[in-house]
Amino acid sequence: MSPERYSLAAPPELVARRRRGQVFQYLCLSATLVGVVTLVVLLADVLIDGVTWLSATFFTEFPSRIPARAGIKSALYGTVWLMGLCALISFPLGVAAAVWLEEYARKGWLQTVIQTNIANLAGVPSIVYGILGLAVFVRWMVPFTGGRSVISGALTISLLVLPVLIIASQEAIRAVPGSIREASYGLGATKWQTVRHHVLPNAMPGILTGTILAMSRAIGETAPLIMIGALTFIAFVPDGPRDQFTVLSIQIYNWASRPQADFQHLAAAAIIVLLVLLLSMNALAIWLRNRHHREW
Amino acid sequence: MSERAVIEATRGVGGGAPRVSLRGARSRTAKEAVIGGLLFAAGAVSILTTVGIIAVLVWESLAFFRRVSVAEFLTGTVWTPLFVPQHFGVLPLLLGSVLVSIIAAAIAIPLGLGSAIYLSEFAPDRLRRYLKPILEILAGVPSVVYGYFALTFVTPLLQPLVPGLQLFNALSAGIVVGIMVLPLIASLSEDAMNAVPRGLRQGAYALGATKFEVATRVVTPAALSGIVASFILAISRAIGETMAVVLAAGMTPNLTLDVRESIQTLTAYIVQVSLGDTPFGSIEYQSIFAVGLLLFAVTLGMNVFGRWFLKRYREEYA
Repeated sequence: MSPERYSLAAPPELVARRRRGQVFQYLCLSATLVGVVTLVVLLADVLIDGVTWLSATFFTEFPSRIPARAGIKSALYGTVWLMGLCALISFPLGVAAAVWLEEYARKGWLQTVIQTNIANLAGVPSIVYGILGLAVFVRWMVPFTGGRSVISGALTISLLVLPVLIIASQEAIRAVPGSIREASYGLGATKWQTVRHHVLPNAMPGILTGTILAMSRAIGETAPLIMIGALTFIAFVPDGPRDQFTVLSIQIYNWASRPQADFQHLAAAAIIVLLVLLLSMNALAIWLRNRHHREW
Repeated sequence: MSERAVIEATRGVGGGAPRVSLRGARSRTAKEAVIGGLLFAAGAVSILTTVGIIAVLVWESLAFFRRVSVAEFLTGTVWTPLFVPQHFGVLPLLLGSVLVSIIAAAIAIPLGLGSAIYLSEFAPDRLRRYLKPILEILAGVPSVVYGYFALTFVTPLLQPLVPGLQLFNALSAGIVVGIMVLPLIASLSEDAMNAVPRGLRQGAYALGATKFEVATRVVTPAALSGIVASFILAISRAIGETMAVVLAAGMTPNLTLDVRESIQTLTAYIVQVSLGDTPFGSIEYQSIFAVGLLLFAVTLGMNVFGRWFLKRYREEYA
């Protein structure tokens, strides 16, 4: 037997197939890197445009016609007000809805309808929520909300983030093993006692992570707030939930839509502030998830 | 109360007739029922939201369609509601939304699918742990920031390459919307690919397939329903996208397929009217509900179809 006939070298046809695979793998890698590179370029672009405009006065001044004197004080206060109210409204509602769906609802048409409905609501464009908010909170409930106010905005954004919050809370609740519930029932606890003392405490890190992620989506929302009339030029800080307001994202839109270069720089500076807030919320969520991660 | 009931029940076992105290049991049952009711009410808020959206859109649209016929709205090719003579043909807006979505899909589908295949089939674990959060951040960047990026970076970058590109144009808007929905396609498709059982891959390897062949001829076809569903959901998201399009594509209703020109989408029109001082009850005010109804119908239809497709064509692996 001559050694050539049992050569261990791959036949040329296999080499070609492997090479094709290599090329394909690099193509897929480049596709992935497009996203990564775009993110880096976007961040660099915003930093280069705006970082020199970040001064102490940028945070303490109201918006102004003169770019050098303009700041984000009203937008920052408005954002904090909006986020606070939104969390107060959406957190209890979202967790309660998730508990009902996971622990209380009997399998049947009602549960299916609500579950499907939540999935559909998650896909409704945010501007449609703005239309709802305009008609219901700004016009119809004007004696309660005061019209184009912080509370109208917070209610609108709460409805917008509720589906995300409910779905995240459901996942957290589902991850609590059934044996914990059975042990609690076995000791004579009622359903609510079981949920209140065992299911919710164990699911809480997951629920909080979901809530923070939902809030980080809310903080950048712009279109629905434009709809309900969060104004762009507000030279005061809201005193209560029925006051008019503006938020960072709307201030960014307003500055970015002006042709003068100086306003573009202001927009970039405000974007830096918004992204820092957003990324810190994301980091907090990831930290919370890792810290309390538990294998059952 | 529960402790006492238990103790007394236990005592009862020892002698004579069991004496179970039910003191507190009735109020406890009542409390449980109230709590159950409250929790259900929270769940019902989502139903109220949907009912509210549909009621508001249909109610105000009916007022609009008393002044403008449905046929004129759906087939008219001129949209000039904000100056005389007013025309309410929605086709320019619809075409604007479709144009942006097509460009976005052309960007997001190949890149998103490529990313999904890389993450699911090729990426080393360590690299994957870095790539996935980066894609999540890409998805979390607010729409208005993408608008700024399109206006101040993408358009100036493209202007020397694409002769005749206007400052506001459909192309840049479509590109950034494509980047925005890319992570959605990547993550949903990757989920679908991860759900393909390992045995299928190993079977193909055993038959002598290369990694490339396993990825393209086994895993991708097996995950196809999830992949296609991710495309549909992403396109629906692109149609509903607002702020990036408002900033980058402008406010010019334009019945054109020329991606270099300024256009207006359904969503951008709604924003434009909201920015002005349109009195409640005027026809301009009512028109945003008619446009909103169309937008809602299109996106809801696509989402329902996408999820139906996922269910209908899913391969079940036991």
